[in-house]
Amino acid sequence: MQGSKEREHTLSVLVENRPGVLSRVAGLFSRRGFNIESIVVGTTEDRRYSRMTIVVVGDEGEVEQVTKQLHKLIDVIKISELSPHEMVERELALIKVAADRSTRSEILQIVDIFRASVIDVSERSLVIEVTGDTDKVKAMIDLLRPFGIKELVRTGRVAMTRGPRAVSVTESRQGGGLQAVGG
Amino acid sequence: MSAIELATPSSGRKPAPVRMTGAQALVECLKAEGVEYIFGIPGGAVLPLYDALYNSGLKTILCRHEQGAAHMADGYARATGRPGVVLATSGPGATNLVTGIATAYMDSIPLVAITGNVSRSLIGRDAFQEADITGITLPITKHNFLVRSAKELPWVIRAAFHIATTGRPGPVLVDIPKDVGTEEFGFTYPETVDLPGYKPTYKGHIRQILEAARAIMNAKRPLLYVGGGAIASGAHQEVRALAEKCHLPVTMTLMGLGAFPGDHPQSLGMLGMHGTAYANYAVQNCDVLIAVGARFDDRVTGNLKTFAPRVEQIIHIDIDPAEIGKNVVPHVPIVGDCRAVLQVLLEKVKEKRHPEWWQQIDAWRREYPLQYRKVEGQIHPQAVCEALYEVTGGEAIVTTDVGQHQMWAAQYYKVKHPRHFISSGGLGTMGFGFPAGIGAKLARPDKEVFVVSGDGSFQMNIQELATAADHNVGVKVIIINNLYLGMVRQWQEFFYGRRYADSYLGTPDFVTIAKGYGVKGMLVTDPADVKPALEEARAHDGPVVIDVRVVPEENCFPMVPAGGSNSEMIGPKGWIE
Ligand SMILES: Cc1ncc(C[n+]2csc(CCOP(=O)(O)OP(=O)(O)O)c2C)c(N)n1
Ligand SMILES: [Mg+2]
Repeated sequence: MQGSKEREHTLSVLVENRPGVLSRVAGLFSRRGFNIESIVVGTTEDRRYSRMTIVVVGDEGEVEQVTKQLHKLIDVIKISELSPHEMVERELALIKVAADRSTRSEILQIVDIFRASVIDVSERSLVIEVTGDTDKVKAMIDLLRPFGIKELVRTGRVAMTRGPRAVSVTESRQGGGLQAVGG
Repeated sequence: MSAIELATPSSGRKPAPVRMTGAQALVECLKAEGVEYIFGIPGGAVLPLYDALYNSGLKTILCRHEQGAAHMADGYARATGRPGVVLATSGPGATNLVTGIATAYMDSIPLVAITGNVSRSLIGRDAFQEADITGITLPITKHNFLVRSAKELPWVIRAAFHIATTGRPGPVLVDIPKDVGTEEFGFTYPETVDLPGYKPTYKGHIRQILEAARAIMNAKRPLLYVGGGAIASGAHQEVRALAEKCHLPVTMTLMGLGAFPGDHPQSLGMLGMHGTAYANYAVQNCDVLIAVGARFDDRVTGNLKTFAPRVEQIIHIDIDPAEIGKNVVPHVPIVGDCRAVLQVLLEKVKEKRHPEWWQQIDAWRREYPLQYRKVEGQIHPQAVCEALYEVTGGEAIVTTDVGQHQMWAAQYYKVKHPRHFISSGGLGTMGFGFPAGIGAKLARPDKEVFVVSGDGSFQMNIQELATAADHNVGVKVIIINNLYLGMVRQWQEFFYGRRYADSYLGTPDFVTIAKGYGVKGMLVTDPADVKPALEEARAHDGPVVIDVRVVPEENCFPMVPAGGSNSEMIGPKGWIE
């Protein structure tokens, strides 16, 4: 555990869709001194639950500790670490880049190569949408930087496992949700 | 209001909903949970709740500060294992609970804190006495709830008690907007709560338990290291059975005191920063360390790099998977309830003796006993704790505050039973001992309850003398009065060249203060008067404050300097060689 290398870990976390759940999760990371690279939250196939995709950097021991601490949150139902080889990941970025007549066509070529799209055009700028894994988005940003990036928004990473296996409530409920007896 | 019919598995039918307000529903929920006392102070936002409690049959204890109320509920919980309940109003009432909740959180104590909040339409508008108490207590509660409608309330209360008392126990806060208390709805109490994200593991993994048994059987120098988790799970009998079957020496953390009898020949007492020298030597020399419901806190381990250097196998039993591997990576991790795990483990080990190891330990015990230098005519704080042990036969419940007196009580009062030593371990909260003692005495009226306090600590919740007087709660407070924030002074003596920056207190006239509250006060300045004073306090029906003037600059030994190695201890005659 100790001495293992720091790397990015992608956690898929299924949580109850309750008010405050995001601050519980985010607060836990800051309180325990873990760094979040990105965190993305959205509703799932079942509206009672949300799914978070969290990217953290750390060694195996740290990530194990993060996972255990996350598990202690009552609203957290299931956590899976997605291994880089078994997951598909996507990120979306909107990039507002400076563009005039002299640079526009060159930029459009880059857009083409990356299968990105232009979603807004003006006299002096373009807004470009790019989707892909983190490396692709980063490469695109690097290529556009020399033209002058005026504004950049990224969604952070969303990910899921390849194949039929799912990080879902039904899977985690097997073995019985906890039943408390009243009185 | 008559008792509400609960849906029980045996009745097999759902009771018809009964129309009532949220506040009345809360009362019914608390009754259904078997709550005995509610500690608190009323205010605007909880008026509906207090009104429903009035003449409800539930006993409310009016405290003088919400922190006191929280510690009373905590003391009640520690003395019984049942959840304590505290009630406070919005804003300042709620924020006054914070230290009490954090204290319970650090020591894994089941507590249900109920706060009022401003009405729903005012939330988020910085209304009068509004505070985001669910936000504030997020990192110091096991879980918390903001109730958004009266019909949610029964489920939330059921869930709150369930979460507080199961798995690794802890405080849960329920924030109830004022108008939820007055809202009417059809009440039924849920039989079960389904929390898909909360499933504590009670049963240990059998393969791991067998692995542990093998390690214990092969051990030459085993040591049982027992923490508060053993008490929380009620594992004291199993701890004793295992220790006796395999002839294990037993050392306890501050929180674990009482999990194994302190007067048992196999007890090495407390380990760590102010632990006994022989317990720390045993840690530093053991080959198999069996941690039961303990979390390798820094006050216990000292410098982690030099902790237990000769250990070959660490077995770590804990109900909280996150504790395992947090500070020390064990060879045999066992997630489960201490009691359930030990019950199985007991069947898997055979009788064993370790004569050589015990010879070594006995040599340490002879050579490095707990000791202090006695000066004729002066009262030594250690002697006061010894006297308390002798006078009560070690049968009393002792609560403490925080500082030197806390460590002396832990060292010299040999706690015999679980839930008989009540102290703020994790947070180290001055002001905890006295209100916790009130809660403990209310919980266990059959027991003598002594509070070993400090002159500094006692003044942090001294106002609860009024609460003790109101209800004639027979707690006996011993103030180990050294005129100092003694533990601070000790550190300044050792590590800051005796520059006593703001650690001298002097003393108020505690006897007069006690009298002012209608409480019996006694002053003790002569060593010969210590025991008679304790006897007089025991005989008195009601609370007593005994101001014992001890040697002002006494130090607490042994002492492992913070971050040092456990085998390097300072004793009354300098570094222990
Ligand atoms: C609320 C709080 N404030 C400050 C401290 C830091 N502190 C630890 S021990 C201590 C001195 C306690 O003095 P006293 O109660 O007289 O006990 P003594 O050490 O003299 O026995 C202080 C100030 C604390 N633990 N808790
Ligand atoms: Mg003092």
